[in-house]
Amino acid sequence: MTDTFLGMPAFPQAAAEAVRDGQLRANLRHATHTIRDKRARAVAELSDWAELRAAGKAIKDHTLRHLDRYLVQLEESVTAAGGTVHWAADAEEANRIVAGLVRATGETEVVKVKSMATQEIGLNEALAAEGITAYETDLAELIVQLGDDRPSHILVPAIHRNRAEIREIFAERMAAWGRPAPEGLTDTPAELAEAARLHLREKFLRAQVAISGANFMVAETGTLVVVESEGNGWMCLTLPRALISVVGIEKVVPTWRDLEVFLQLLPRSSTAERMNPYTSLWTGTTEGDGPSEFHLVLLDNGRTAALADQVGRQALRCIRCSACLNVCPVYERAGGHAYGSVYPGPIGAILTPQLRGTASPVDASLPYASSLCGACYEVCPVAIDIPEVLVHLRERVAEQGGHPAERAAIAAAGYVLDHPALLTAAERLAGRTRALHPRRLPGPGRAWTDTRDLPEVPAEPFRDWWRKNRP
Amino acid sequence: MNSRDLILGRIHAALGEPARPDEQPLPRAYATAHAPDDPAALLDLLHRNLADYRARVHRCTTTELPQRIAELLTARGTRTVAVPPGLPPGWLDAATAELLPDDGTLTAARLDRVDSVVTGCTLAIAETGTIVLDAGPGQGRRLLTLVPDHHVCVVRAPEQVVASVPLALPRLDPARPQTWISGPSATSDIELDRVEGVHGPRTLDVVLVTPA
Ligand code: SF4
Repeated sequence: MTDTFLGMPAFPQAAAEAVRDGQLRANLRHATHTIRDKRARAVAELSDWAELRAAGKAIKDHTLRHLDRYLVQLEESVTAAGGTVHWAADAEEANRIVAGLVRATGETEVVKVKSMATQEIGLNEALAAEGITAYETDLAELIVQLGDDRPSHILVPAIHRNRAEIREIFAERMAAWGRPAPEGLTDTPAELAEAARLHLREKFLRAQVAISGANFMVAETGTLVVVESEGNGWMCLTLPRALISVVGIEKVVPTWRDLEVFLQLLPRSSTAERMNPYTSLWTGTTEGDGPSEFHLVLLDNGRTAALADQVGRQALRCIRCSACLNVCPVYERAGGHAYGSVYPGPIGAILTPQLRGTASPVDASLPYASSLCGACYEVCPVAIDIPEVLVHLRERVAEQGGHPAERAAIAAAGYVLDHPALLTAAERLAGRTRALHPRRLPGPGRAWTDTRDLPEVPAEPFRDWWRKNRP
Repeated sequence: MNSRDLILGRIHAALGEPARPDEQPLPRAYATAHAPDDPAALLDLLHRNLADYRARVHRCTTTELPQRIAELLTARGTRTVAVPPGLPPGWLDAATAELLPDDGTLTAARLDRVDSVVTGCTLAIAETGTIVLDAGPGQGRRLLTLVPDHHVCVVRAPEQVVASVPLALPRLDPARPQTWISGPSATSDIELDRVEGVHGPRTLDVVLVTPA
């Protein structure tokens, strides 16, 4: 999928390293608990959340079942609005298309809006190989980029860094990338944000080309939607002369009206806000306003393989809200890096092995990176039954029998195998068709599910468990 | 085979042929709005939700509006104001700052040195505390409201106030570029401490104006 994560240790090993990192664990715990509590309040404000969730699920499922039709319609609408559509079968082709488009503008620098699709394909590295520098403009991504680091959370990618570390990264590294950090920079968040504002504004005012992803694409109208907080998206989407958006084919929704569902589900699930500070919507190009050149690169890169799996397909409903990360007891302890891909947490555990296959040890171990507690399914705004897909993918990995991946996978499974009753209950349940409403385990599992809103910490600390049990 | 045909072929293979049957209508049992259909209550809700996201909210009548805008600019120490085409005549009558009408040639670099921008909006959504700009008259190009550090936005009540996102979308034209704004620019990337403004205007003054 990308060079970035080549050489990553498999989940158990990476997680074992992460759980020994006290700072990381403290940051993650604070972040996940804060966000999940706020999210619960934001969701409780809408009395029709269950109905919105059902609609979100149904719209996405319907779209996936007619994906060919909607992509062709999208292509027509975008083209009619003055944009150009490109199709990329894999990461390499997407990178080649984007590099070619940037080169055609004569520019060697681009500004970027945070985008998981471009991280997935390793676009920055591919552009660098072509002599093109890509500047990340999201504050967290800037911290990650300057720190020569990897993101660890979908929503708050630099959550593993504290303010003192961020100050140090800015003071030491900003100058190498552009405007240096101010003299005497302290570690107050306001000062750090101001330093980032000045550093990045210089880039925005100069940039001729921007690269973005998109949260949604509307087939009917050709409209793309980017949801954000800081305004860096708005900057990138409107100031440069050319805009290139790289978007996974699963991000299409059929109609303009469908946005009424997703623009309610996403902000409340994600940042726990009624609405995120900025949402940009654009349709092709507009004379005299924003980029005069717009390219949409539609990315497959394993998505059609996931589509072919009738159980696994539901992972393509994901709107990347990150709610599942914040409730996951395994993610909270292991951190985002342990998952070895740009998609961490429960969604990463089911999406990555589908996009990349399960041949490598890290990908084979991912379906086991879960306790199957079901909290991820409860919070998912499009009702992806992550436990069901995990169990399904475990079967797939097990069928590979004798593969070197097996050992890693079984080691990761130990976390669950250590609680055999829990596994049986969860697996038994996983085979059933589920309603959208919170479910309860039958029989002995009941007491456990009653407390599932805040998953129980295992009796034995996870850290100790790893120390004893890791391979 | 080109990649378009390759991807569409993979989709056909994944979903199976022959053509999939059309199915039931999508379930849309969710609410059209969560707020009462009462203009005064909606305006209060909009006010609360805007303020909750740290926009500074003001109210006045149409007659008081020029004076109110002038006060907001003075309080800020504004010397230059960007003005979008089509801003209702009179809104800036009391302003003492230098007016910089956008004739389409104002660059981002020039706007970076402008203190404030004054605009109207297309509509405002009460339940979410959102104002929507669609580059129409009195709103201007998207960069106009993005680059200056201070944005004064006027919402005409009751006609520009809708209760919810489902009621907003049918009133918006997808062909127009849109920016939905809910409070000023914000980030929580540093230890989850909310900081106002990395890139957009750090101060958002919203004036809710009702008939005199
Ligand atoms: S799987 Fe669901 S909860 Fe997790 S990021 Fe995707 S949409 Fe959000």
